[in-house]
Amino acid sequence: MTRDEALFEFLLRMGDNTLILGHRVSEWCGHSPVLEEDIALANTALDMIGQTQLWLGLAGEVEGKGRTADNLAFLRDAWDFRNVLMVELPNGDFGQTLMRQFLYDAWSFVMTDWLKGSADERIAAIAEKAHKEVTYHLERSGDTVIGLGDGTEESHRRMQAALDYLYPYCGEMFEKDKADELLAEAGIAPDPAELRAEYDDIVGRVLAEATLAIPGGDYVHKGGRNGRMHTEHLGHLLTSMQWLQRAYPGAAW
Amino acid sequence: MEKPTVDQVWEWLDAVPDPEIPVISLVDLGIIRDVAWQGDTLCVALTPTYSGCPATSVIEMDVETALRGHGIEKLELKRQISPPWTTDWLTEKGRAKLEDYGIAPPQPAGGPSRCPQCHSTNLERISQFGSTPCKATWRCRDCLEPFDYFKCI
Repeated sequence: MTRDEALFEFLLRMGDNTLILGHRVSEWCGHSPVLEEDIALANTALDMIGQTQLWLGLAGEVEGKGRTADNLAFLRDAWDFRNVLMVELPNGDFGQTLMRQFLYDAWSFVMTDWLKGSADERIAAIAEKAHKEVTYHLERSGDTVIGLGDGTEESHRRMQAALDYLYPYCGEMFEKDKADELLAEAGIAPDPAELRAEYDDIVGRVLAEATLAIPGGDYVHKGGRNGRMHTEHLGHLLTSMQWLQRAYPGAAW
Repeated sequence: MEKPTVDQVWEWLDAVPDPEIPVISLVDLGIIRDVAWQGDTLCVALTPTYSGCPATSVIEMDVETALRGHGIEKLELKRQISPPWTTDWLTEKGRAKLEDYGIAPPQPAGGPSRCPQCHSTNLERISQFGSTPCKATWRCRDCLEPFDYFKCI
C-alpha cells in the first residue's frame, strides 16, 4: 500500500462518515418533534454534507482518476463505502438520533482537533474549517443528551436504551489498520487509538451529568470503516440517496 | 478597456448583496478574501461561511455577474477554505446594518448583547440554530419579539 492509497482510504473514511450521517440526519427534515429541533437537525446535516464535499473532493484529487466528490457519493455501491457502522444505523427515535450524534460528534471533535496539525496542509485546512462546526454540534448534542437523560422518567429510559444500543458501535472509530499506521508514521493522521482517552473523557463527563450509565461489555460492532461488511441498512439508505443518479445517470441542474 | 484598480473592484463587490441577508454586502460579510490582478486576469478569492452553506455557489454567480457587468472579461474565482471564515471578519458597517435589519450581530460572549428591536438585555435562547447555518434563534423577554442572532464562530 502506497501512502497515497492509504490517504485515499482515510479520506473516504472521513467523507463517508459525514456523508452517511448527514443523510441520516437529513431524514428528520419535516419530521422533528418541534420546529426548532427540525431546523437544528437540518442545519447539522447540512454542515456534515458540506464537510463531505471537502473530504471526498480531496479523496478524488488524491486518487487521481478524475472522480469528483459527487461521483464518489453517488456512483459507488455499499461495499466501497468506508463509514463506521454506527452512522448508517436507522435513526430510531429522536433521543436515539441525538445520542448517536453526540457519540459521533465527540469523536469528530477530537479527530478534527488532531488533524488541524496534520503534516498534510490540505487536511489541516479542512479540519480547521470542520472543527469550528463540530464544536458547535458537540455543544448542542451534548446539551440535549444531558437534557433528555436527566429529564423525565420516560426520556431517561429512552436515552439509556439508546446508549445501550449504540455504545458497542463506538469502538470501531478507534480501530487501526495498515492505512492508519502509514499515515500516523507520516504525521498526516493520528493513530486512532490515541484519541480514545480524550473521547472517553468528554463522553464520560456528559453521560455522568445526564445520569446515564455506560454499559459494560467490550463487544465492538465493526466492519464498515474497512469495508469488510456493512449492515443491511446501508444498502437501503443508498437506494434513497443515490436514486436520482441511478435512474437518470449523469443528471445535473 | 483599461484595467480597473483593485480598490475599484472592492467597491463594486461592496455593492453585491449577500443572497440570504441582502441588507449587507459580500464585503461586509468578510467572505471576499482577496482581489488581485494576475496579468490581465482578475482573481477573486472567496471563502464559504459554513462548509455546507448553499448560498456559496449563488454568491460565486453573483460576483461573476456583477464583475462581468462592469466589463471584466478575464475572471478567475477561487474558493479558499484556509484560514476558515470567522465572524470577526464582519465589517463594523455590516454589524450596524444587521442590527438595523433586526438580526443581532455576533458577540465574543457567544450571545446577543441586546434585543435588536427594543435594546433590552433581558434575553433568552430558543435554539442554537436558525433560518440559515450562520444564525441562532433568540427571544426578548421584554418586548417578547423573537429574533435571529448571527452566531459567533
